[in-house]
Amino acid sequence: MSSGSAPKSEPSSWTLSLRRFLQRSLPLKHLLPDRQPVFVGSWVYIFGVVAIAGLIWVVGSGVVLALFGPQWWHQSGVGRFVNSLHLWSVQVFFIFMVLHLWGQYFMASWRDGRAKTWMIGVVIFAFSIVTAFTGFISQQNFDGQWIAVNAKDATNSAGIGSFFNVLNFGQMYGLHIALLPMLIGTLVGVHVLMVRMKGVVKPIDKPTVIQPAAQPSNEEPAS
Amino acid sequence: MDAPATYLNWNFILISIPNVVVILGMVVVFILALFAPFPSHTDAVPVDDDNE
Repeated sequence: MSSGSAPKSEPSSWTLSLRRFLQRSLPLKHLLPDRQPVFVGSWVYIFGVVAIAGLIWVVGSGVVLALFGPQWWHQSGVGRFVNSLHLWSVQVFFIFMVLHLWGQYFMASWRDGRAKTWMIGVVIFAFSIVTAFTGFISQQNFDGQWIAVNAKDATNSAGIGSFFNVLNFGQMYGLHIALLPMLIGTLVGVHVLMVRMKGVVKPIDKPTVIQPAAQPSNEEPAS
Repeated sequence: MDAPATYLNWNFILISIPNVVVILGMVVVFILALFAPFPSHTDAVPVDDDNE
């Protein structure tokens, strides 16, 4: 009769698996790095951060607009100021998101297992366009009505008019201030986390794995 | 300010002057970002010692 010589296995659970995954892929050293590779010392790496700063202003000004309502943002001086702040922070967000896209495209940032990070960025860009579109429709002025009436024909011709009624202010406003911002905020968080997990992609002219030249020697190669 | 924008039309391309100005400005900012000196940090890690 054996007396328990088999190795004691830990009980498996979702919690344990998740904890191990987070410990393995998100050590604090990667999550909050105090140093970066030398090639990160370029203004090109600032574009993404400025886009996030723009997004924070968009959300902050949008919260104020939602609290006070259309009459306030059209008729009071402070309301018009916050309305403009919302519009121009969107311009900053989009301009720097596209500059970030250009930078990452030309350095082929999807390399070395970063395809998911790239694709999440693509999805963020696509949903940002939809969010801006629903925002223009939600202005509650003639401009918004004009855009919605024209967009009705566009959505109908594209075959999505039966799912989204751009003339329905409640639907567009709900998408604009609740569903889409939550989606974009979550995806931006995941995008940044994945950059932290994988690190910044190396320059194209720096190979990921440097193969040492073969030497006629009996020594064990250093790992 | 409250007038329609002037448009450039070349073949199938139709774009307003304000949009052209924004796009050209973005190109200028992108080129500046590539070549403008960045404040360097002495504690930056070498290329082959990043958090790969």
